[in-house]
Amino acid sequence: MAKKESSFKNMTIALCVITCTAGLALAAVYNVTVEPIALSQKAKINDAIRTVVPDFDTISDTILIPEDGPDSIIVHRLKKGGEPAGSAIETYTYKGFSGNFTLMVGFLPDGSINNIEVLEHKETPGLGTKMTTPNFKNQFKGIKVSETKGGVLKVKKDGGTIDAITAATISSRAFCDAVNRADAINRKGGIQ
Amino acid sequence: MNQLTNFTKGFFRENPILVLLLGNCPTLAVTSSAINGLGMGLATTFVLFMSNVFISAVRNFVPDKVRIPAFVVIIASFVTIVDLLMQAYTPALSKQLGIFIPLIVVNCIILGRAEAFAMKNSIYSSFIDGLGMGLGFTMALVIIGSIREMLGTGSLFGYKFIAENADGILIFILAPGAFITLGFLIALLKRLQKTSK
Repeated sequence: MAKKESSFKNMTIALCVITCTAGLALAAVYNVTVEPIALSQKAKINDAIRTVVPDFDTISDTILIPEDGPDSIIVHRLKKGGEPAGSAIETYTYKGFSGNFTLMVGFLPDGSINNIEVLEHKETPGLGTKMTTPNFKNQFKGIKVSETKGGVLKVKKDGGTIDAITAATISSRAFCDAVNRADAINRKGGIQ
Repeated sequence: MNQLTNFTKGFFRENPILVLLLGNCPTLAVTSSAINGLGMGLATTFVLFMSNVFISAVRNFVPDKVRIPAFVVIIASFVTIVDLLMQAYTPALSKQLGIFIPLIVVNCIILGRAEAFAMKNSIYSSFIDGLGMGLGFTMALVIIGSIREMLGTGSLFGYKFIAENADGILIFILAPGAFITLGFLIALLKRLQKTSK
């Protein structure tokens, strides 16, 4: 078959056919994958809630605080046998070393931190990624942020109590920032 | 052309990373671990042979003046398909590779092979070329990723072979480590080529 010459008609037809076919193909793939993507994200959130507050039986409600706006935070209030069992809060920080990252922070009904799970991050492998390890996260367990010095968590370098990750102070600071944000929200509406 | 040489040229003689030095942005950025290199390599391979086949199939139908827009639409479609499939079925890896999956679109290996090979050759040759180039790219990425992961964190494919709390040589995890590793690999390959001549 000879090569089509670059006339206006030929070019229009060629591009139309290719873009329409591509559009249809993408629509088909999107339809197939939209459900698994939603499921895997939901499963991830549920797993994270399970990890940070293991002792509950129902998620009594999931609310946004503040109710609208780009900075609102998702709060899952949890119950066990009708009694409040704490809350799991999807918090975030913009201060990460490579942009924002999100955490799930679990609070007990008395307002102390139970456990923390990192949801999404882009920190440096081998450095900032150590924030996902128990070595770093466990120091937050049992802390009531309101009762710490100054009422907010800080790394030791800034006069606080948290041991920063070696060579990843920025990530550690950002982590504290996210946890402080979660705690502030928790005091506003997580505790039932 | 002999299909076997056509396939194997992507590994050594015309390896996109180590010889042609194409597509170095994702190479340097995602090879902080072997598994990242493998995932990125396979995703690129898929896009490469699919786009090669399609571009070769439409090569006589697309007029020369609009060939680049046509290529870009085809390549971008396959990248989006890979991105959606990875989000759906390998969410962890997709999170890990992040922005670099959508960025396969601008990887010059793919447009380069479309322009240099698929535009002039039959569908079957283009398929073989895409597969060989893609696997050569994957091989280079896995090698760089393994070296950086072993030196940088003391593990390979996530399996740690030094003490749990021990650290590797940090610089290999960071961006300079990618340049250093790539430089030594290219030097080594040149040396091997020289002795085999």
